[in-house]
Amino acid sequence: MSDAIDDSDPVRVSDDWTSDPDLRPGADACYKCSTCDSACPVAAVDETFPGPKFQGPEQWRLKRKEDVDVDPSVMQCSNCMRCDSACPAGVSLSQMHNTARAAYVDEQLSPFSREYVRDRLLANYGRLARIGSRVPRLTNALMGSSVVSWLNERLLGITSDREFPSFAEQTFRSWFRERGGSQVSSAEKRVAYFHGDYANFNTPEVGKALVRVFERYGYEVAVPEQRCSGTPMFANGMLPDARRAAKFNVETFRDLIEEGYDVVCSCTSCSMALRQEYPELFDFEGTDVVATHTFEALEYLRIHEDVEADLRAADPEAAQYAYHAPCHARNQGLATQATELLGGVEGVEVTDVGDSCSGISGTYGWKAENYETSMQIGEEMFEHMETAPGETGLTECPTCAMQMEHGTGYEVDHPLELLERCLVR
Amino acid sequence: MAIEDDVLVVGGGLAGATAALAAARTGVRVRLVSYKKSTLRQASGLVDVLGYAPDGTGPLVDPFEAIDALPSTHPYRLAGTDALGRGLALFDEVAGDAYRGDHTDANALVPTTGGAVKPTARYPATVEPGLASDDRDALLVGFDGTTDFDAPLAAAHLGRAGVPFDVRGATVTFPGVAAADATATRFAQVLDADEGGARAVLADRVRTHLDGERRVGLPAVLGETDPEGVRGALEEALGVAVFEIPTGPPSVPGVRLEALFSAALSAAGVRVETGNPVVDFEGAGDRIDRAFVDRSGSAVPYRADQYVLATGGLVGGGIDSDREGVVEPVFDCHVPHPTDRYDWFEDDAFGDHAFARFGVVVDETMRPLDRRGHPEWANLRAAGAVVGGADAAAEKSASGISLATGYRAGRLAASGVGAGELTRTECGHTR
Repeated sequence: MSDAIDDSDPVRVSDDWTSDPDLRPGADACYKCSTCDSACPVAAVDETFPGPKFQGPEQWRLKRKEDVDVDPSVMQCSNCMRCDSACPAGVSLSQMHNTARAAYVDEQLSPFSREYVRDRLLANYGRLARIGSRVPRLTNALMGSSVVSWLNERLLGITSDREFPSFAEQTFRSWFRERGGSQVSSAEKRVAYFHGDYANFNTPEVGKALVRVFERYGYEVAVPEQRCSGTPMFANGMLPDARRAAKFNVETFRDLIEEGYDVVCSCTSCSMALRQEYPELFDFEGTDVVATHTFEALEYLRIHEDVEADLRAADPEAAQYAYHAPCHARNQGLATQATELLGGVEGVEVTDVGDSCSGISGTYGWKAENYETSMQIGEEMFEHMETAPGETGLTECPTCAMQMEHGTGYEVDHPLELLERCLVR
Repeated sequence: MAIEDDVLVVGGGLAGATAALAAARTGVRVRLVSYKKSTLRQASGLVDVLGYAPDGTGPLVDPFEAIDALPSTHPYRLAGTDALGRGLALFDEVAGDAYRGDHTDANALVPTTGGAVKPTARYPATVEPGLASDDRDALLVGFDGTTDFDAPLAAAHLGRAGVPFDVRGATVTFPGVAAADATATRFAQVLDADEGGARAVLADRVRTHLDGERRVGLPAVLGETDPEGVRGALEEALGVAVFEIPTGPPSVPGVRLEALFSAALSAAGVRVETGNPVVDFEGAGDRIDRAFVDRSGSAVPYRADQYVLATGGLVGGGIDSDREGVVEPVFDCHVPHPTDRYDWFEDDAFGDHAFARFGVVVDETMRPLDRRGHPEWANLRAAGAVVGGADAAAEKSASGISLATGYRAGRLAASGVGAGELTRTECGHTR
């Protein structure tokens, strides 16, 4: 009955920075029950934050009648996307937030402001990483120095309370090239790996684990040229940057899908971007094809291989892990996957540390003004990690891993690394 | 390959959770997939069984005595009073000390935020001192800025409803919350943590309005995690009984109930996934072979020996309609309805609408039936509001129907595991 009502033009929030997603159905579907507000981790610790219902449907309605500015509080949203999975009416709140945030940056934030420069830098971390990782030891020494960290805080508003993640001596891509690409060729079983920037520059062991595990199952693994998934760009309202990156990625992976590849990711925010944010914000040719062919790595294996049986037969070293499900994994229905599959391995104990948000949300917790909020949100997770057996963390998301490490001092592994220990070595 | 289990429950509300628990406790492996967070968060936290007969007679004293007089197509008649009793027993076990009402089959009368009196079978312990059958005078206290509870108005309505006590209303400012439009869950968090001594300050503000009343009713915000601690502190400070009046969403008693069920599901080994809808399925012969979950665009196959459909009714999205007709969108089960859509409703807003009874038709084993009256699938059962035949909003029967049909569908699904063609070779429990 809902499609009977409206044939008017969707109202444009802003002009040229997106392909103008039609937000009206979402705004109309909201019946203001406020369940999203009750699920928002930022609103829970920061009373000045008006919450997802305001940032999304209410602000959109306000802008329909007159040209009011986007409220600056939209920048306090951490883009965890928990509101999406809370809404009983299926409103895509994160789409509205991404759109409003981009409008705010486009229309109200001066490109010469400290905030803009800082956010642009954080959003485009991959570009800096490309340069920094050429001389990893020098960069690591520099970024680890207290002077640089002090300057970052004073000049840019990047918190000095966190230690920058160090760059690997060899990038994942360089390793993959050096070993001569995929060791398996197959016309039937083919995956294209979207590694993103972090696994390439900072945690190549995650990428290596993915390649080895997929090859063990007989998959040919392609590692095409790619850009950042766009996640930090959406979160910082840098939509033109995200658009450029997304276009490149869609075109690359669309062609591979035509050749019989499916796309697998090791980072759940990357898979989230390709699956949900791209179709919600862009309409390049092939956007939907890429979205429907993209999977998180373990999710993909579980669908196509009997991983459960293989894990039952595995005999790795005994270990205990405190597992945190990233919010973005949760939204893709992956919150219980790691504990279900890896927790079933003989000698391996995986304890879920609960459904709270880690609080870092990508670049959010790196900003000096968000640091305290970020740590307050993370408090519940830290406590649960401390009470869980073992002193190693486990999570799919690189920035959740940073937060887990920062809050507890634990080493943090990726489930793919554990999977590799169970199935390959 | 697919994600494989013995029983797959589709839907995470009261019916789905009950079905999953009832099945898992027999030892089979159960997965529950829910499109969004459990709808228990939207529920008042009251568990109604049957407050009014379909012809409007009521409030009924004993719902069990009224069931035989219901139409033979009513879900209670199909599931049976035994299933209702067992569903309630399962609820009582899950809810434990947090709930009252299990000492009797008779309905209790609970004051609502609108100042009406509602017949219900189970209610939070925090609600108990407020029952309308209690003749102690009452003071209702609301908070500035909250739009869903106007205490003086509610008190006036209750007085008109003829409750056997005097009741007044007053409004105070809630301590320590600056936002003008704070949610009930925010108030609850402040009281849980006793931020800035909020419990004592609130008690002081309420005390200035007390005039000999022996009990005080507040909207249900007395803590998400420690309601008895909060209520006890207020009672001690005020020297009178304190009770909660259930509110609309986001509902704090609903959040508490969600937590109780979530813990029970986890303890029973049920694997719960939220955030994505089941959108499609494949059949093989007379059985459902697999269901597909739309995980942010990709269709992921889930396979089970037995399936339970508990996706809710017209409001919850388990039954959908457009100008052409009314459908059950997941397994495409038959939903009888008049062909002319102007026959779906009455002009009177509170009239006897046909749409209120829309839903799948089930047999006594909870299997949805096709238009010829045969089971749609041998291994599919339905529970809760997706089952048609009752105007649950008018009867005040939604929770009871979910418990009765959920219990029966869950138990029968579990006993059906392995009875047909075996699809899972081994169970592989990890507990």
